[in-house]
Amino acid sequence: MSSISVKNIAIKGMAGCVPERVQENKDYPGMTPEEIQKYINATGVVRRHCAIHDGSICTSDLCQKAAEKLLSDLGWDKSEIDLLIFVSHTTDYKLPATGIVLQDKMGIPTSCLAFDITLGCSGFLVGLGVMGNLMASGSFRKGLLMVGNTQSEYASPEDRSMTLLLGDAGTVTAIEYDPNSKDEINITYMSDGSGREFVILPDGGSRNPVNDKSFIMEDCGNGIRRTRLHEKMIGDEVFSYGTHFIPKVYEEMRAKFNIEPEQVDYLLLHQANKFLCEKLRKKLKFPPEKVPYNIQEFGNTSGATIPLLMVTELQKELHDRELNMLAATIGVGFSLGVAQIKTHGGILVPDLMYL
Amino acid sequence: MTLDEFVKAFAAEFDDTPEETFKADTHYKELDEWGSLVALSIISMVDDEMDKRVTGADLRSCTTIEELYNLVESK
Repeated sequence: MSSISVKNIAIKGMAGCVPERVQENKDYPGMTPEEIQKYINATGVVRRHCAIHDGSICTSDLCQKAAEKLLSDLGWDKSEIDLLIFVSHTTDYKLPATGIVLQDKMGIPTSCLAFDITLGCSGFLVGLGVMGNLMASGSFRKGLLMVGNTQSEYASPEDRSMTLLLGDAGTVTAIEYDPNSKDEINITYMSDGSGREFVILPDGGSRNPVNDKSFIMEDCGNGIRRTRLHEKMIGDEVFSYGTHFIPKVYEEMRAKFNIEPEQVDYLLLHQANKFLCEKLRKKLKFPPEKVPYNIQEFGNTSGATIPLLMVTELQKELHDRELNMLAATIGVGFSLGVAQIKTHGGILVPDLMYL
Repeated sequence: MTLDEFVKAFAAEFDDTPEETFKADTHYKELDEWGSLVALSIISMVDDEMDKRVTGADLRSCTTIEELYNLVESK
């Protein structure tokens, strides 16, 4: 496994934005009320904020709204921003990169470096590692890490394993080069592409170009129907992989960075589903009070879940006190990451925004 | 873990099916209570008790509890 340690940077602010539109899982027509309740009990997802996917609200719009407010609260001048990284699987276009579109739409100087990272659930931890390393040397002074997804778009309405789980969100984290910063970020990663078939949108890329068969609703068993342009997830394989390997990545990170679990304030788990999260919480031996959830309100928002958790559950504490946090995530790829994030208060976190 | 212990641990993941129902040659996917959540619980139990990874495909390919036990032991 690979590990990185980032110093000389400070997290100055975080913000999140979700679509105003709410989908209540209890209103899903494809299941009986008893079946829906059972589903909600297992996954923890009561409702989700989902855009209507007609191009009017994209991931970049959610990130932009969050970023505009955060910049204004921080008093940052856009002319100072020299790094913008957008992490998502739901980009505005196949090309150009959405990060560059955002540079223009937000009026950030053309002198900045802007690019995309295409990742799902592990996106925040990978983005944080990449941005942290680029900035730690002082080559960049002010960076915006935008992580989000509007992947409810990819769920077949007749696939309850996806359509009741996925929500949309955009987040932004403002990071500054600061050689005096006491913030510390340590991350251990694992990547295993042999798991690619278990979370995949099969058609529409270069490997399987869109063709007539891409649009056919296929019967996938258990009452699930989807096309090859919908996201497919084999949940038991993700669960099997995550429950086995997250603890292993965690143990490696813990040993490498001498983490004392009792000194950790919070363990932030990627809000995949509550059943998996609770198994992981118990395996990593953390008490419930140290493991916050917001999956009930937002569902699984892919790479946005960890920053969204920080915005909705730790808003005040990020500002008021030092925090020693761990974050763990498994996602499409498979791509795994476990991180320690130590912050020192003063982080500005505006209230969650809606679009 | 012996086969007997495995059958007991397997049975413990079910809430409504009586323990005496479970034998080494039980066709577990034919049990009324079998479903996606129980399957995840079995995956988790094997990981906890034996530090071995059962995949969803493993659960689909085996028929009896003994077959699953032998597969896990061979990993």
